[in-house]
Amino acid sequence: MKKVVVIGNGMVGYKFCEKFVASEKQREFKLVVFGEEPRRAYDRVHLSEFYAGKTAEDLSMSSATWYEENNIDLHISEMITEIDRKAKTVANHRGIKYEYDYLVLATGSSAFVPPIPGVEKEGVFVYRTIEDLEAIESYAKKLKSKGKTQAAVLGGGLLGLEAANAVKELGLEAHVVEFAPRLMPRQLDQGGSDMLQSKIEELGLQVHVNKQTEFIQGNETIEGLQYVDDNELKVDMLVISAGIRPRDEVAKECGLKVGLRGGVIVDNTMKTSDDSIYAIGEVALYNNMIYGLVAPGYDMADVAVSQITGDLDNTMVDHIDMSTQLKLIGTEVASFGDALAENDTIDAIIYENKRSGIYKRINVSKDGTKLLGGILVGDSSDYNALFQIYNSGMQLPENPEDLILGSRGSENGSLLGDVLDLPDDAQICSCESVSKGAICGAIQEGTCENLGEVVACTKAGTGCGGCKPMVKDLVDATLKSLGKEVKDTICEHFEHNRQELFDIIKLKGYRKYDDVLDNHGKGDGCEVCKPLIASIMASIYADTANEEAPIQDSNDRFLANIQRNGTYSVVPRIPGGEITPEKLIVLGQVGKKYDLYTKITGGQRVDFFGARLDQLPKIWKDLIDQGFESGHAYGKSLRTVKSCVGSTWCRYGMDESVSFAIELEERYKGLRSPHKIKGGVSGCIRECAEARCKDFGVIAVEGGWNLYVCGNGGANPKHAELLAEQIDNATVIKYLDRFLMFYIRTAAPLERTAKWLDKLEGGIEYLKQVVIDDKLGLVDELESEMGTLVNNFQCEWTQAIENDEIMKRFNHFVNSEEPDDNLVFVPLRDQKMPKQWK
Amino acid sequence: MEMIVLKKTLKGNTTENNSKMEEILEIYRTTTIENVKVWYKAAKVSEFPRNGGACIRYKEKQIAIFNFERKNIWYACQNVCPHKMEMVLSRGMIGDENGIPKVACPMHKKTFSLESGENLNGDLAPIATYPVKIEGDTVFIGFSE
Repeated sequence: MKKVVVIGNGMVGYKFCEKFVASEKQREFKLVVFGEEPRRAYDRVHLSEFYAGKTAEDLSMSSATWYEENNIDLHISEMITEIDRKAKTVANHRGIKYEYDYLVLATGSSAFVPPIPGVEKEGVFVYRTIEDLEAIESYAKKLKSKGKTQAAVLGGGLLGLEAANAVKELGLEAHVVEFAPRLMPRQLDQGGSDMLQSKIEELGLQVHVNKQTEFIQGNETIEGLQYVDDNELKVDMLVISAGIRPRDEVAKECGLKVGLRGGVIVDNTMKTSDDSIYAIGEVALYNNMIYGLVAPGYDMADVAVSQITGDLDNTMVDHIDMSTQLKLIGTEVASFGDALAENDTIDAIIYENKRSGIYKRINVSKDGTKLLGGILVGDSSDYNALFQIYNSGMQLPENPEDLILGSRGSENGSLLGDVLDLPDDAQICSCESVSKGAICGAIQEGTCENLGEVVACTKAGTGCGGCKPMVKDLVDATLKSLGKEVKDTICEHFEHNRQELFDIIKLKGYRKYDDVLDNHGKGDGCEVCKPLIASIMASIYADTANEEAPIQDSNDRFLANIQRNGTYSVVPRIPGGEITPEKLIVLGQVGKKYDLYTKITGGQRVDFFGARLDQLPKIWKDLIDQGFESGHAYGKSLRTVKSCVGSTWCRYGMDESVSFAIELEERYKGLRSPHKIKGGVSGCIRECAEARCKDFGVIAVEGGWNLYVCGNGGANPKHAELLAEQIDNATVIKYLDRFLMFYIRTAAPLERTAKWLDKLEGGIEYLKQVVIDDKLGLVDELESEMGTLVNNFQCEWTQAIENDEIMKRFNHFVNSEEPDDNLVFVPLRDQKMPKQWK
Repeated sequence: MEMIVLKKTLKGNTTENNSKMEEILEIYRTTTIENVKVWYKAAKVSEFPRNGGACIRYKEKQIAIFNFERKNIWYACQNVCPHKMEMVLSRGMIGDENGIPKVACPMHKKTFSLESGENLNGDLAPIATYPVKIEGDTVFIGFSE
């Protein structure tokens, strides 16, 4: 058996392993991988998400057991320091030797630190590994505690801007310092850069272009940047992101040929100057270039696997495409082909709209027949189509400007016309090198039947994800061309969408999941259709979640939110956030009695964590005896109606926001809906209740309330939109009844109000017509449906503790009275938290 | 220098947790009918929800048992989800994917085949499954030890 040693376990090194185990010849080889970082390969492209709460494990390219399952020896925290080409061995930093038949260098690159005097000072960082990010984060904390806030990022390229945004997210004032006269100088022209600069400056980042740093000020610790033009920038921290340098040290030492400015020279088979040694990714110098993008790195991995396993025909293409599309600090940016070319064989067509922050440029051949490249800033929705036209050399329309201006006056929707007109070899997913032919073929040959299967079998769309819309279009178009209907069905068990199921259940009066499945579905159901149908029945019949427990969402089944160690949290309702001292004491006593971790929530109530399944009924009995009821924090239902203190106490208050919030929360509590719903009531336009971040928000103004709908916080924050102005309490309730019921009836599963409104044709104006002007003639029906739900409310926890049959659900074991003995807690700031296994 | 120290601490912690995890997973081994040495009397049929699951204890093991009443078939597997090592699979929702009976973990909706134990929507290690037989109104689980 031949031995393949891979040095480096980054994204490309991992991709090599993945492609290797997929190869048929895999069994004839043994793969040994060395990575010097303390963890398995992770997704460096999305490194910034580490600050957005992703863990190193989330970013990991594979599961912990993947290497073992595929018979790969992975050595992490092990650095290879020596290659002996004669003996065909490598040695690690402790001198231990390993033999190889083939050696693959995937050592990647390190951050390039320009030779500016002072880079060794405290407070200067690079942005490359998870360890770098951790160090930056802890230094930022230290600075903030001393009241210091200024941070600069050296380098206005792609990674530099990412780093600047990350620094800003850490709560510092971020400055981007770029040597060139523009941002992203490799991808953007001056016009594109100007647009990008104005957009990111709006978000609070400061940009300084044309700045050459002479030295770094300060004694031990950085105090500022001294520019050569005699100006300076006072900062407390510097993150250097000025490019990359290939990690070619070991290669150089063992005498492999390297380029003048670094990088191991390879030919189009990825072979270095030694026949047994290959180099791939950012350490490889191909065509006298280092490619700092992941897509060419993956292609190199693929070629190296083929060459080693004997498929000698697979070689690297001559011209490597460097097109990119990404979202930078909330701004869409794309650049493809020859984006910057300025010469007399090219005509540039430029569209710039400062009002909407959009810049588009395409470079067209002089004869107007070919698209040679382009730049999109602010709106890159046409990128996929433009890239395909460029990449497959398609004929341009008569007026090439139509490509960026849209064909005015004609009906032709898509730039491409029909996606199926693309040539079969058009590359759709450049990260995974998947062609249009491969995607359509997977369906035509019957291997795959839907989008999910196509993604799983071709891997298209699993890299950066930019091509996903086009993959979906291709799948839909191919299915359609084969006469198969494309429908937004909820899962494999039902050929209906949520709205259709809602109507069917209501019309036929079904009360049991099995009745719906037997008459309108197939199979045994799943975790998508079961809770969905449970929710629909709850919305029609005012059922609580105790009805047919096994089809309820897992949190609804146990009337509590499951937390990371399998224990649950408990949230009693505190309407409007108003609570008496006596009741607050009761909460304290309950928390103490059961030793629960206790925290105030964002919805103005109290959350208890760490309750074992068997403790839930006991805790709730204590709470209910003292006058509390379920807060439905576990349900896809109304959570809270948050309030500010309002005119009862506040000297600015225009109306009684607390009273109204309590009234609304009491009215809609327990209401089951497609997703969770939150509300807010503010007593004046200072908006202390953050009502416009809620699914419905009410704000007191001169002459009544303004009613806003369809906002949310969370991952994609959106302000609610104005539905009606200066209306009284009764009208607010009337419109809310109609609006909520209309949403419950028509939204897709797990679709929050904001997304629902986005998809609603006609948007907020149409919603006004339905809710206020009764355009659909529905309002009486909607109001009476809501009336039924309001009048039939029951606290499901009260129901549960009074029913022995329901109580059985809360035993951890059915054959033992004992609780789960697997739970381990560790102390945390005078309270406790679960011990973490993984 | 600092970097190396950091690596050591990180590695130290993970190894300790990893071995603890392995210990937990170690005791669950897929058992086929042929290997059954003990048919353990778990509980009455009526203790289990229809088309749902519950958990039993056998020695140091926690086993999830599911009653597919629609088809009159029962399945059993380890209660621990290999994703985050929590004892929760019995609380998951059951159903099928293209005819393969499955359970969805309540934590992150990882789904596992109740026949092969395979992770259907990811590349987690498979879970151990156990044979079930019903005699009269009693549920028995087969173990090899």
